[in-house]
Amino acid sequence: MNDNDNLIISQNLSKKYDSQLVVDDLNISIKNGEIFGLLGPNGAGKSTIILMTLGLTEPTSGSVSVGGFNSTREPLKVKRISGYLPEKVGFYEDMSAKENLSYTAELNNIPYREIPAKIDEVLEIVSLSKNKKQLVRTFSKGMKQRLGIADVLIKDPRLIIFDELTEGLDVKVANQILQTILDLNSRKNITFLLSSHQLNLVQKVCSRVGILSGGKLINQGTVESLGRDLFGGGKYRIELELEKITEKLTGKLKKLDKVVSVNQTDNKFTIVCDKDIRQDISRLISNEGILLTRMDMKQDALEEIYLKYFKEE
Amino acid sequence: MRSILTIYRKELCDHFSSNKFLILLSLIYIAGLSSTYVALTNIREAASSLDEHVFLYLFTTGGDILPSFITFISFFIPIIGIIFGFDAINSEKNSGNLSRILSQPIYRDSLINGKFLAGITTLSIIIASIVFIISGVGLLSIGVAPTTEEILRIFFFIFICVFYGGFWMGLSILFSVIMEKTAASILTAIAVWIFLMFFLPIIADAVANSMAPLADDSSLAEIARNYSIINSISRISPATLFTESIMVLLVPIGGNLLINNVGYLQSYSMLESGEMQLNPLSLGQSLIQVWPQLVVIVALAIICFAVSYIIFMRQEIRST
Repeated sequence: MNDNDNLIISQNLSKKYDSQLVVDDLNISIKNGEIFGLLGPNGAGKSTIILMTLGLTEPTSGSVSVGGFNSTREPLKVKRISGYLPEKVGFYEDMSAKENLSYTAELNNIPYREIPAKIDEVLEIVSLSKNKKQLVRTFSKGMKQRLGIADVLIKDPRLIIFDELTEGLDVKVANQILQTILDLNSRKNITFLLSSHQLNLVQKVCSRVGILSGGKLINQGTVESLGRDLFGGGKYRIELELEKITEKLTGKLKKLDKVVSVNQTDNKFTIVCDKDIRQDISRLISNEGILLTRMDMKQDALEEIYLKYFKEE
Repeated sequence: MRSILTIYRKELCDHFSSNKFLILLSLIYIAGLSSTYVALTNIREAASSLDEHVFLYLFTTGGDILPSFITFISFFIPIIGIIFGFDAINSEKNSGNLSRILSQPIYRDSLINGKFLAGITTLSIIIASIVFIISGVGLLSIGVAPTTEEILRIFFFIFICVFYGGFWMGLSILFSVIMEKTAASILTAIAVWIFLMFFLPIIADAVANSMAPLADDSSLAEIARNYSIINSISRISPATLFTESIMVLLVPIGGNLLINNVGYLQSYSMLESGEMQLNPLSLGQSLIQVWPQLVVIVALAIICFAVSYIIFMRQEIRST
């Protein structure tokens, strides 16, 4: 892949705090316009990777660049094109939303005459236009998160980094925020780097994910490809429970179109396949005159993949 | 540069609109104007016996009930410095603003520099305004215009006050950098202030009396030794250095005795017996007398800020 296609490139990136290695030889590339999720348990090194990417902390060895700018040597250039919303986002509570955004805009060297229009634009995106003059101290957590998104948008970033964005938010607000991310990604081609524990939410928006454990990237790719790596191929897994099992039935199931594998335990089948073939299966079982007591289908869920990796932790 | 100015403007705005600023300003104005009233009353009563530095008496004259303005200001400056610095960095960290602000395209030192400069500006405005108000009130009341030398002495006085306040602000910013809780940083700064202001002189006195005890018939050499030990220990404290320097600057006749190891008592007995006569020091001579104190106060302010700056620049920034 051409390096120009990648917005973030980290090479052999490592970070030690005292003697503890928190990021271990990380090699990762995130493409322009991609929504990339960083997953891992607490202490996996997610936040440290984000801070090194922004040039807020120096790597012990290796390098990371954003948009071709080295984060350690050219942090201002990196920060000019990157927006960051930390896990615990803070605003000046005695200032209004507009005043907080105006402060950020001034720190980003946005010309004074352009600031009011810019503030109106970003508040509109996050549906906070009506709360422009309201003091931040009166905002709910969800409103503060949305204001945080407005805060990062004010500089027209190419990259937005969210650290545990949806933590502590109810599902409705979290979904609204995820929808905003998808809109921004498709309309403005903004690249996103998300770190989160809420895997179902990450799965909804991320085009690729990287799984971290003990500072090491243990796997990365699309949710489907990770599932294939872990569960031996096939996008869907259909579990069947039957009254009885015959060899003839097993053979016929294996011959069905798009079936990758068929595993049998007692009177249960697990069929891995590349397409939803539940209708074909039920027809086949009915033709064999066998009673089907249960049939479930699972798509590779990030949560399952995650649990598979971290079941021992 | 724009980032420092943006932070400076915002911090300045925060200070001026804060309750702590209004409370401190009111306290200093009340204290300053009250001491000026007392000074004016005493100046009027002793008008015939006063020397040519009448204007400076506005700042140095106290009464039985109220101390002089310089006594008040020696007390208030550390408080102002501490209050404007104790939460400079840790409150930003605790509120979650630090990582958000530092992820903007600014150098990390812009934040601490902007905050320090805004604090110093606020302190300068508070001190200069009360000094100018006292000067104006004095000018109207006693009707004697200050001489050029007196004006210069007053400006030097403001300059020393700002650097002395800068030391306390630098120290409290240092505590705000190294301590997570704002309560811890303000309490530590106040503890240091109380120790240096109140306990160190007591310790100095005790040490001097044990090392060079004084009796009624002590010789001049013994008194000088005792006084020398007290001075050496007390001068660890910037409060002592500040008091000495403003006394020499604002009391041209006899103010320098405070920093003279021969000591007050002996000097005054020599004055009474006619063995010694006092003449006013020129501004240049006063500055030469307090030059070491001035240099140390400025250096301490710079060192305190520099240490906080270095620690802050090396600190890991985390959002939680």
